[in-house]
Amino acid sequence: MQNQDEINRLTALVQLLLDEAKEQGASAAEAGLSIENGLSVTARMGDVETIEHHCDQGLGVTVYIGQRKGSASTNDLSEASIKETVTAALSFARYASEDAYAGLPEASWLATEFPDLDLYHPWTLNADQAINMAIACEDAARSYHADITNSEGASVNTHQGIRVLGNSLGFLHGYASTRHSMSCSVLGQRGDSMQRDYWYSVARDAAKLESGPEIGRKAAERTIRRLEGRKLSTRQCPVLYAAEVASGLLGSLIGAISGGNLYRKSSFLLDMLDQPIFPEFIHIHEQPYLPGALGSASFDAEGVVTRTRDIVADGILKSYVLGTYSARKLGMQSTGNAGGVHNLTLDSGADDFNGMLARLGTGLLVTELMGQGVNMVTGDYSRGASGFWVENGLIQYPVEEITIAGNLKQMFKNIVAVGNDVDYRGNIRTGSLLIERMSIAGE
Amino acid sequence: MDRLTQARQSILAPAGLQDSDIEKIMNSLLSAQVDAADIYFQSSHFESWVMESGIIKEGSHSIEKGAGVRAVAGEKTGFAYSDRIELPVLMEAANNVKAIVRQGQEARSALFKPSHSQPYYGTSNPLKSLADQQKVDLLRKVDSETRKLDNRIEEVIISLIGAHDSILVASQDGQLTADIRPLVRMNVTVIVVQNGRREQGSMGGGGRCDYTMFFDEDKALDYGKEAVRLALVNLEAVEAPAGNMTVVLGSGWPGILLHEAIGHGLEGDFNRKGTSAFSGRVGERVGSSLCTVVDDGTLPGRRGSLSIDDEGTPTENTVLIENGILKGYMQDKLNARLMGVSPTGNGRRESYAHLPMPRMTNTYMLPGAHDAEEIIRSVEKGLFAKNFGGGQVDITSGKFVFSASEAYLIENGKLTRPVKGATLIGNGPDVLTRVSMVGNDLQLDSGVGTCGKDGQSVPVGVGQPTLKIDGLTVGGTSI
Repeated sequence: MQNQDEINRLTALVQLLLDEAKEQGASAAEAGLSIENGLSVTARMGDVETIEHHCDQGLGVTVYIGQRKGSASTNDLSEASIKETVTAALSFARYASEDAYAGLPEASWLATEFPDLDLYHPWTLNADQAINMAIACEDAARSYHADITNSEGASVNTHQGIRVLGNSLGFLHGYASTRHSMSCSVLGQRGDSMQRDYWYSVARDAAKLESGPEIGRKAAERTIRRLEGRKLSTRQCPVLYAAEVASGLLGSLIGAISGGNLYRKSSFLLDMLDQPIFPEFIHIHEQPYLPGALGSASFDAEGVVTRTRDIVADGILKSYVLGTYSARKLGMQSTGNAGGVHNLTLDSGADDFNGMLARLGTGLLVTELMGQGVNMVTGDYSRGASGFWVENGLIQYPVEEITIAGNLKQMFKNIVAVGNDVDYRGNIRTGSLLIERMSIAGE
Repeated sequence: MDRLTQARQSILAPAGLQDSDIEKIMNSLLSAQVDAADIYFQSSHFESWVMESGIIKEGSHSIEKGAGVRAVAGEKTGFAYSDRIELPVLMEAANNVKAIVRQGQEARSALFKPSHSQPYYGTSNPLKSLADQQKVDLLRKVDSETRKLDNRIEEVIISLIGAHDSILVASQDGQLTADIRPLVRMNVTVIVVQNGRREQGSMGGGGRCDYTMFFDEDKALDYGKEAVRLALVNLEAVEAPAGNMTVVLGSGWPGILLHEAIGHGLEGDFNRKGTSAFSGRVGERVGSSLCTVVDDGTLPGRRGSLSIDDEGTPTENTVLIENGILKGYMQDKLNARLMGVSPTGNGRRESYAHLPMPRMTNTYMLPGAHDAEEIIRSVEKGLFAKNFGGGQVDITSGKFVFSASEAYLIENGKLTRPVKGATLIGNGPDVLTRVSMVGNDLQLDSGVGTCGKDGQSVPVGVGQPTLKIDGLTVGGTSI
């Protein structure tokens, strides 16, 4: 297979990088290389707007001289460039301080088995086909409702790539993967109110994408329902995070239990291992070996084996999220999370979206968040929001230009239900989340 | 040596390319019925140093080069790029992108004429402005001096970043331009702890110059002092109020309000497509008569400045809003052509691998008549937001949000307690109509801004004098 030939060629380049590092005096080294090709097509107002051909490559090397570390990267994969890049990394290592925690992972932590995770599904799509799909997607949005008045377009994207990682402990592995997506963003107008919203679908296998017209209709429906939004008066009330924004709350959890923030003591969840941080019914786990999933990987960015494991069980924090350096700093073992988590999953409750609205009763449904108002050190949380005011489980009217605020430590403890309306489009999988009480600031 | 000669030497010479090769690629693009076309060459060197826990933790270095080829016909754009600057590769890219246009036309030929413009910064490579040992010594000095400032300091993290970018742009009208762009930045983050309460403060600065700027008037040490001051203020901060109130914005970095709430909505692409809350409003009142806002790429040595934009257009000082009246938008070539106006030097791209679009440079409000102190004194009850973290805008609905990193309650004309975690939210098209006082203390930010749009990041500057806004929603927890 041509693909395997390419993996072999790139794997040989990584070995060359590692050999060169040793040759130039590194006591240990890690090297990574990736190439990616793709096509992105956008259609707007019924006609093609852009065709972009993507072609990216890059290599990076980290070298150690004893306990001193240096890195360098380039997008030039020639042999001359490989030599120069290693030289540059070594010159940085010579100025770095001795750091007792620096170094490659323990050899025993590295992955040794590489199951096929079903990540490679090339899409034979030419530009004309992609244009027609994008146009069909946008047409469905624009014809959905008379109040859809304008469009930012629909796009179809396909990417395929190869990644290879190696280190001087003998780890060396490469694999191919694909990622395809389709998205649509349209504008609606009614009187003075102009709104924009979007929808997208993403998958490793193009056959698993939602259809273009389906994506277009959802984008249009989401736009229309936002028209003529109102502000709320300042108050406290229960808040339901729709699934597509609930993943952000789990993102903050991951930030707070990540090694870097823990050893810097810049986390609101310091020293909480084996302590309750959620109500008892919350179970959060990592599933790196799901076939075909977006976050699947048998090893992390350092070659450490990934594991199916609990992060929160019965509401209790069972594990941090660590790479090698932070693990050593904390006197622990790497959890295989250099570079992030793999298919983080919050187990669903029994209710679908409507059931969650019924549980919310009267309060705020949040469908979009804005700004960066999350303080990782203290857990203080205050973000711009828009969504819908709900009474007795029924959506009443759209709401905008408000903020929702609280402290993440309390917000986590005040989760009262998790929906089964899971958003599978990212590396964090959760249904909608209901929080008992938050502060709303508005008029 | 002029910039074009330098760019030819650093980008074309190593690849064995001549101007005549660029003409071949351009002639291939021009064999299709295109309205515009360009070829963008880039070579970038970047380094970063990090000091943490009192040690030089790591350094890294990167070299990237490549070329992007673009053909435009009407509203349609074809684009391809490669990290291999080689004639056959770029000819193939040209073939791919001109497929955006179906018909051919009689061959035209480009004959490149070098074009030069006023530079707003030097060309020397910041990475070489200090020996590596001097960079390490600078970091160590900032670390040790900062740690001496207070015994509640638990951690100090310092980063030093330098970049040296060479670009060369050839466009279909025969224009051949180049720019050499230095950029440096230093950041100091301090974590303090007191009675178990932990807070942090960050301060940094930089510009289009070399590392020696950090020695001017002990700038680097001042970043450390300011980071400590911010962290200590936060230790005393109480919960922020919630609700609508008078807000006074400090001078300098709080100009991010203009960038988010106003600036993005005035970018040409959104307005050409009619997707901005400011679309079709040139000539209308969008702010109180106290407000004049400009986007100025010509400020010497500023982080957001450019001698030419990424389409080869010289940058300008563009008046966006004058005495409250909307005057115009920021344009790249494509949107300017489609709207029948001139480009304003705002066509920017993150790199050769990205398409250019209208982006801001340095965006700021001109000063008014009042002393900052007088403005605070005029407020009976409200919030003084002195420093900000990041912000975001929805350019269609006009809603914007940003987070205060240092804020105080104003009670009876005096600053009283510091508050934490305040988020401000408002509506771009009407926030400037509520500006009731403008300070005489215009300041630009210290040189740390990075703006994101459509997944592309570019360095920008912001600035403003102290401003009083009658009625903005503050999103705190204290009701």
